[in-house]
Amino acid sequence: MKLLLKGARVIDPSQKMDARMDILLEEGKISSCGTTIKAPPEAQVVNLAGMIAVPGLIDMHVHLREPGLEYKETIATGSAAAVAGGFTSIACMPNTEPVNDNRSITEFILRKATEANLARVYPIGAISVGSEGKQMTEFWDLKEAGVIALSDDGKPVMDAALMRHAMEYAGSLDLPVIQHCEDIHLSAGGLMNEGYWSTMLGLPGIPSIAEEAMVGRDILIAEYTQTRIHIAHVSTAGSVRLIRDAKMRGLNVTAETAPHYFTLTDECLQDYDTRYKVSPPLRSEADIAAISEGISDGTIDAIACDHAPHGRTDKEVEFVYAANGISGLETSLGLSLNLVHEGILTWEKLITAMSCNPARILNLDKGTLKKGSDADITVIDPEQTWTVDVKTFVSRGKNSPFSGRKMKGRAVLTIVAGDIKYDGRAL
Amino acid sequence: MMKLAKKDILGIRDMTVDEINLILETAESFLEISTREIKKVPTLRGKSIINLFYEASTRTRTSFEIAGKRLSADTINISASTSSVVKGETLIDTARNLEAMNPDIIVLRHSAAGAPHLLASLVRQSIINAGDGAHEHPSQALLDMMTIREKKGQLAGLKVAIIGDILHSRVARSNIYGLSKMGARIVVAGPATMMPRNIEQMGVKACTKLEDAITDADVVMMLRIQLERQKQNIFPSLREYAQHYCLNRKNIKLAKPDVIVMHPGPINRGVEISPDIADDPGCSVILDQVNNGVAVRMALLYMLSGGNE
Repeated sequence: MKLLLKGARVIDPSQKMDARMDILLEEGKISSCGTTIKAPPEAQVVNLAGMIAVPGLIDMHVHLREPGLEYKETIATGSAAAVAGGFTSIACMPNTEPVNDNRSITEFILRKATEANLARVYPIGAISVGSEGKQMTEFWDLKEAGVIALSDDGKPVMDAALMRHAMEYAGSLDLPVIQHCEDIHLSAGGLMNEGYWSTMLGLPGIPSIAEEAMVGRDILIAEYTQTRIHIAHVSTAGSVRLIRDAKMRGLNVTAETAPHYFTLTDECLQDYDTRYKVSPPLRSEADIAAISEGISDGTIDAIACDHAPHGRTDKEVEFVYAANGISGLETSLGLSLNLVHEGILTWEKLITAMSCNPARILNLDKGTLKKGSDADITVIDPEQTWTVDVKTFVSRGKNSPFSGRKMKGRAVLTIVAGDIKYDGRAL
Repeated sequence: MMKLAKKDILGIRDMTVDEINLILETAESFLEISTREIKKVPTLRGKSIINLFYEASTRTRTSFEIAGKRLSADTINISASTSSVVKGETLIDTARNLEAMNPDIIVLRHSAAGAPHLLASLVRQSIINAGDGAHEHPSQALLDMMTIREKKGQLAGLKVAIIGDILHSRVARSNIYGLSKMGARIVVAGPATMMPRNIEQMGVKACTKLEDAITDADVVMMLRIQLERQKQNIFPSLREYAQHYCLNRKNIKLAKPDVIVMHPGPINRGVEISPDIADDPGCSVILDQVNNGVAVRMALLYMLSGGNE
């Protein structure tokens, strides 16, 4: 199978490339990239004039719900949502039922992903057995089974000694450790950001320091043990400041944020709409500004949507009982492109945050269009305007507060290993 | 007469001054019914009202029930415990089932802030919020405003001190919304741990000393302290709380001589208010609040039933 992509503007930050180019894909790899490539025989030629071709987008923080919670999402539907959203690779969190804390679950996930044959799926293994924060999992075995990072996801590792040991042990295996930073004593009972709106609504607050206390602690552990830490879904200005300071001191700290943390504030909760309930919670305008600045100056390395699909029954309940999360894979690129439209990010920075950096953090040989690399490419129509409609979501999770929102720019072709896995050009 | 253009009574936050005045005037006109020998008028005959209470309540539930009955509505009480509901039927399913029985009004008390809003968005019946978590308790604030207006003639310009656990109090929030709309000046006081963040942005003055709050107050509103809050380490003991936040014969002298003392009940005697103040007909209006509560709830039921058209 040969595929010749003709005439797209190719933006590849890994090569500092931004030019009109042709790309030839052969045998699942990028075989050449040049100003004019003549189509070899039997090559399928795709004319991409006016389009932007970038290294395949990578979302390093998604929830695929399988095994155990298939009514919310499956590996097949989740990876279909990924390619529909322009993602060629996704890393899935271990909070399935049972938790992905051993080789057999990891192998199951990888087998299901192979069967689905859409996006590449990289499992993240649990730090502790059952993500209960007590006993370390078998990192070595998990790594050999195919796990590319470790995290207890929404159950932050409260025990600082366990976290220290996990970072040291994982560091020796070059496995990144990802922390959902939340001091669960400070956040206990909380349902939304603590501030004016929680006071108005009478909902228990989650103070920003619940996140920042653990960001600070984990940075200290990383410094002391000379290991690395990746901070998941940064939501507060204080976290951005802590991470920026740590990076300035040369520590091995990386961070991601999700589109809702640079798009929405806690004011959205004023009608108790559970679609806006996420963890960490939506914060204030000042936090949005700090996060946008953090992505722009590189403090925040990656944009990851924390894709959290849920069934209706998980959200159509009293606010206190509603599940956290947004089904995000199909809106992540559109929302992130807003940062380009608003002049906060250049295209180069956007693609760095959505492809190159996630690859670097997860040690994946991806995020590049260099000759010989995997032919994972996302083609974006930068001018297409569209309206989010959850009814058209490929994901089983229709839980998006962005339904009805106008977007500009959309993935129209998602190519994984040289195969077109999603073709939205007719939309 | 102006019409109340509302399907539901969810909170005071979304009420206008005109709507509050209209409700209070209607409630005042209903006061007399409760003094008759035959305390019943046929106004809501054939209407059914469901009191759906997910939280224990004696006063509010009884008040709504009496209000309905005095207007000749059929009132049905349902007590449900939240814990069994979590495991069993959802609030939405319960509501849809009740809706299918065609009541006219559902009065909801729920421990979850926002539960009445969820219900109101799903069923065609009118919903009255009888208290949702720490959010709002609109009928309580209306009866409080009615009582203050009855004793002071107006609300505008009064200094009202609200004392206690502001953080967890729906009574405080509804009163802050209502009294500030009506032009009163509000000072809240309580231990720093019981003061919600950014409370000043609601347009009130906040302090941590009871004495600072009640100085020159026209109205002192004491809130109930929940003993179980002690477990959350937001205060050390009832003993220490009572020593510093109990309204008594001595500190009440800081308030205006004609101060009125209010409490939404039930009172922890000797904790929030000393017994001699609570029972002093010269300043305590606690039982007037209860009496006015029936009238306010009659007014709400009447107006939501289209009775003000």
